[in-house]
Amino acid sequence: MQNWATVRTPPGLAAGPPSYHVVGRHGMMPSVQHDEAARFNFLANMNRFLSAQLLPGVKTAYEVRARPAFIAERGAAPMHRKEVKAIMQHEPAYQNWSALRRGTMELRQQSGRSVVLRQLEPLIEQARALNDGQSTLQLSDNFVVPRYISAVEQHCAPGGYSSELVPDDIAAAANYDVGIFATTGGGLGRYADGGGKAVVQWLAHAYPNFKPKRILDLGTGLGHNLLPLAEAFPDAEIMAIDVAAPMLRYGHARAKSMHVDGVTFLQANAEALDFPDQHFDFIMSCMFLHETSFVAIQKIFNESRRLLSHSGISIHLEQPPYAGMDVYEQFIRDWDAHNNNEPFWTTMHALDLRALAQKAGFDAAQCFETGLEAVVDEAVFPKAPGKVEDYGRKAAWYAFGTQPALKSASAKSA
Amino acid sequence: MSKLTTEEKRALSAKKSKGKRPWFYDNAEAERVLNVALALAQELAVTRERIDTLERLLESKGALARSEFDRFVPNAEIAAERAQAQQDYLARLFRVMTQSAESAGEGAAGRDGAASIDELASS
Repeated sequence: MQNWATVRTPPGLAAGPPSYHVVGRHGMMPSVQHDEAARFNFLANMNRFLSAQLLPGVKTAYEVRARPAFIAERGAAPMHRKEVKAIMQHEPAYQNWSALRRGTMELRQQSGRSVVLRQLEPLIEQARALNDGQSTLQLSDNFVVPRYISAVEQHCAPGGYSSELVPDDIAAAANYDVGIFATTGGGLGRYADGGGKAVVQWLAHAYPNFKPKRILDLGTGLGHNLLPLAEAFPDAEIMAIDVAAPMLRYGHARAKSMHVDGVTFLQANAEALDFPDQHFDFIMSCMFLHETSFVAIQKIFNESRRLLSHSGISIHLEQPPYAGMDVYEQFIRDWDAHNNNEPFWTTMHALDLRALAQKAGFDAAQCFETGLEAVVDEAVFPKAPGKVEDYGRKAAWYAFGTQPALKSASAKSA
Repeated sequence: MSKLTTEEKRALSAKKSKGKRPWFYDNAEAERVLNVALALAQELAVTRERIDTLERLLESKGALARSEFDRFVPNAEIAAERAQAQQDYLARLFRVMTQSAESAGEGAAGRDGAASIDELASS
């Protein structure tokens, strides 16, 4: 059989997303039949079409019609994304793009869930075979999943991250893994680990001598963004925490099947963890904070401050904050909050993470912000051409983090 | 272990997610039709990809050359059969359009079926 993973896109044929067949086949990945792969190919192309062909027309409708009409009536341009939303929801270009984007998201869920559910029993058996008796998977029977996860079905995925259809369920995670290609057109790389690889690359550049001994990944999900860290720091003790048992079961089995043994998948809430003070020297999260809550995010920063050693580093990958951003871009970026079941999205992007970190006890001088782009094999996953950007979904992030305090400062606080 | 049936799996695959679904068009019915069209577009793309796979497999096995597809010229009989099939297909596809054109010609009675039924029932 042909090895799809080694097939390269011929030069000059990079207009669309790659074929689904480039997605990495680890030992837990659900098997995907011809027509199922073709459904994902359609969805990846549909998402590319939406962002490249329809979204620019939404902006034109705003600039040419909605904004001038608003100015004519009020005497000034919209000052807030809510005002932009109020006028744009009547624009056919916005209605078309939105209706199709929502419909595409729902199709993505149905396409992924039908793949997973038809082979649910063998997948659960595979996970059991990899998980049973392993001390590196730690679940709690009476764990209380916080409401911001249990009450919300993020990305329109029925059941959300944490609910279980059958004992030892892994369906939510397998669906996430098998279909994430469709949302980004492969922009996250073969194993959806472009964010984690970006963190490794950033660390190597910004802190070439930093060798973390204990790493903590908050809201790890499948652990997909943590595995590049495990590869880069094979001697580190690594904790991957999440509140959702299906994600942890699948993530642990997935890592095992990829021969990554040094990661412990632990069911725990990032707001309050059972580790001693200053236990970790590297704390990270990838697209996690926006799935928490206003109260939780401060607790998470407080807990990270407690757990991070004085010489430690933390970094959180997110979409960029709204402050200082053009109101139209804020409005477009806010689409997922209302239409893709991301209730904390709006509030989180309006928050000042720097202020939260300082409230948690980090010094202002410790806080930093940077930008990271997914690190992927570009021969297989070519970048979208030109200025095409799928706002809120692009495989590039705003990163907020904390660096070690200056020597004098840490000496003072020690 | 409680097992899910095929019917349950089908329903769970198509299940809606929690929360009120946003509708973007003023007319939700039009948007529902758009979503059916989107699903059909996906299935058509799947079918095209399957045909493409089939052609490439046949070519790789030496059963045919794909250039033969483009060189294929239907004779008059095949062309007539195809035109017939196209007309049957269009009649099925656009039945609702032809029926509404038909009812336009029936005047008020055609547009207001309930009145006609009442009239017939009492006649």
